[in-house]
Amino acid sequence: MAATALKRIGLVLGLPVILFAVWYVATDNSQSFYVPPLRTILSVFDDTWTGQRLRADVLPSALRLLAGYALATVLGVGLGVVIGSYRRVRAVAEPVLEFFRAIPPPVLVPVIMLFAGIGDGMKVIVIVSGCVWPILLNTVEGVRAVDGVLADTARSYRITGPARLRHLLLRSASPQIMAGMRQALSIAIILMVISEMFAASNGLGFTIVQFQRSFAIPEMWTGIILLGLLGFVLSALFRFAENRVLAWYHGLRSAQRKS
Amino acid sequence: MLEVRGLNKVYEGHQRRVEAVRDLTFTIDAGDLVCLVGPSGCGKTTLLKCIAGLLAPTAGEVLLDGRPVTGPPRGMAVVFQEYGRSLFPWMSVRDNVALPLKQKRVAKARRRELVDEALAAVGLAGTESAYPWQLSGGMQQRVAIARAVAYEPEVLLMDEPFAAVDAQTRADLEDLVRALWKRLGVTILFVTHDIDEAVYLGQQVIMLSASPTVVQERLAIDLPAERDQLHTRADARFTHLRTHVYEQIQAAKRGTRTDAAVASVAE
Repeated sequence: MAATALKRIGLVLGLPVILFAVWYVATDNSQSFYVPPLRTILSVFDDTWTGQRLRADVLPSALRLLAGYALATVLGVGLGVVIGSYRRVRAVAEPVLEFFRAIPPPVLVPVIMLFAGIGDGMKVIVIVSGCVWPILLNTVEGVRAVDGVLADTARSYRITGPARLRHLLLRSASPQIMAGMRQALSIAIILMVISEMFAASNGLGFTIVQFQRSFAIPEMWTGIILLGLLGFVLSALFRFAENRVLAWYHGLRSAQRKS
Repeated sequence: MLEVRGLNKVYEGHQRRVEAVRDLTFTIDAGDLVCLVGPSGCGKTTLLKCIAGLLAPTAGEVLLDGRPVTGPPRGMAVVFQEYGRSLFPWMSVRDNVALPLKQKRVAKARRRELVDEALAAVGLAGTESAYPWQLSGGMQQRVAIARAVAYEPEVLLMDEPFAAVDAQTRADLEDLVRALWKRLGVTILFVTHDIDEAVYLGQQVIMLSASPTVVQERLAIDLPAERDQLHTRADARFTHLRTHVYEQIQAAKRGTRTDAAVASVAE
C-alpha cells in the first residue's frame, strides 16, 4: 500500500520537478533582464506574496473566480436542462448558442465594461460569459442522451416534476455536466486574470501587470508561478469532487468493459 | 379488470406509415396471470406501452377498472426487458426500490419494511447497498421485480423480462413470478416471444397475429396451479398445449388461422 502510494506521488510530481530543475539550471547564469535566474525568482517569492498581499490580491481574485464559476454553473445547467428537454426550444436556441459560443470572451470585456463598469460585477460577468457555454452545451447533450428505457421507467412509476429533475435528468447528465464544468474551470481562470488586467485596483492579474509595468521582473514571474499553482490546486479539488460525484459512472463503465 | 378495446396504433414517419397494431380487443380479469405471445415484431411492446399509458393509441382505448388510461396509472408497475437500462445506475439497490415509494409518499418506516420484504421475496436480501451494475443480469432483473413488487401494484406488466438472461436463471425467475403472483394476488400481463414460457406461466395465453396485429386466439391453460419446471414441462398436456400455440404462431407468421389446430386442442 505505502509503496504504491509513493509510486503514485512520484508519477504525479516527477515531471514538474524535472521541469523546474531544467528551468533552474538553464537560467542559472542568465544575464537577461527579462528572464532572471529561477533562483532569483524563488528568493523574492516569500517577500512578494506576504499574508497581507494574499488577502488583498489573491483572495479577491479567488472570490471573483468562484462567484463567476458558480453562477455560470447554475445558469448553464438550468438553461441546459430546459433547452435539452424541449425540442422546440432547442431548434430556436441552438443557432444563437453556436454564435455566442464562437465569440472569444476576452473580446467582450470592453463591451461588458461599458455596461457593468469596472467593479467586481464586471469581472464576474466576464467570467460567466465565458464559462457558461461549455457547461450549457454539455448539459444540453447530457439531457438529450437520457436513456429512453430509464425515462419510461421513471414515467411509469410517476416520477415527475422536481423528482424527475433530481433523480433522473441531473444524475443521468452528470458525466457530461462535469465534463463541461472541467472545461469551464480553466476558462474561468483565464478570464479572471484577463478581466483584472483591463481595469482593476487589485487581484492577481492586476498585480502581475503592475509588476511588469514597474519592471519588477522577478516579482512578475512569481505571480505567474502562483497563478499556475492556483490552477493546479483548483483542478485537483475538481478532480476530487468529480470522483465522488461520478463514482457510479466510473464503476458502471468498468463493469460494462468487463462484460 | 383491465380492458383493451379496439386498440390501434399507427406510427407516422417520413413518407412512411407503419400500422403496428391494427385492432386489439381483450379483457383481463383482476388477479389473472395472462401471457401474450406473438411472432417477433408483432407490436407486443407497442401494445404494452399503450396499456402502461406510456404511449397514446391512435384509436381505441385501454380501461383500468373502468377508467380510461391516459397516462401512467396509479397502481400499475412495469418490468422492462432491458434491466440494465431500467435501473438507476447512480442509486443503490435499496434506493432503486425505494424511490417509487417515496414518490408515492409512503411513510419512511413503512417504506423500509416494503423494500426489505420485496428484496427478501426475490432472494436479494443483503444486496441493499450494492449498485445495480455490481450484480449479475439475473440479479438486476430481480431488483426490477422487487421494485415492482414493493410498489404494491394492482396490475403488473412485464415486457419480455427474461429475454436477456441465461436459461437457468430464466427458469428460476419464471418460478419466482408464479410464486409472487400466487402470494400477492396481483394481475399480471406477461409479454413474451417464448412459447414454452407463455404456457408454463400463464392461466391464459393470448396469441397475437403478425403485424398489423390482431388477436389470433385466446387459450385457457388447464394445467394444475402447482407447476414446477421438471414435471409440468414433461406433462403430456403441457406438450399438447405448447404444440398448439406453436402451430398458431407459425400460422400467424403466414397470416392464416389453422382451424385444424383449434379442433385438435378441443379433443
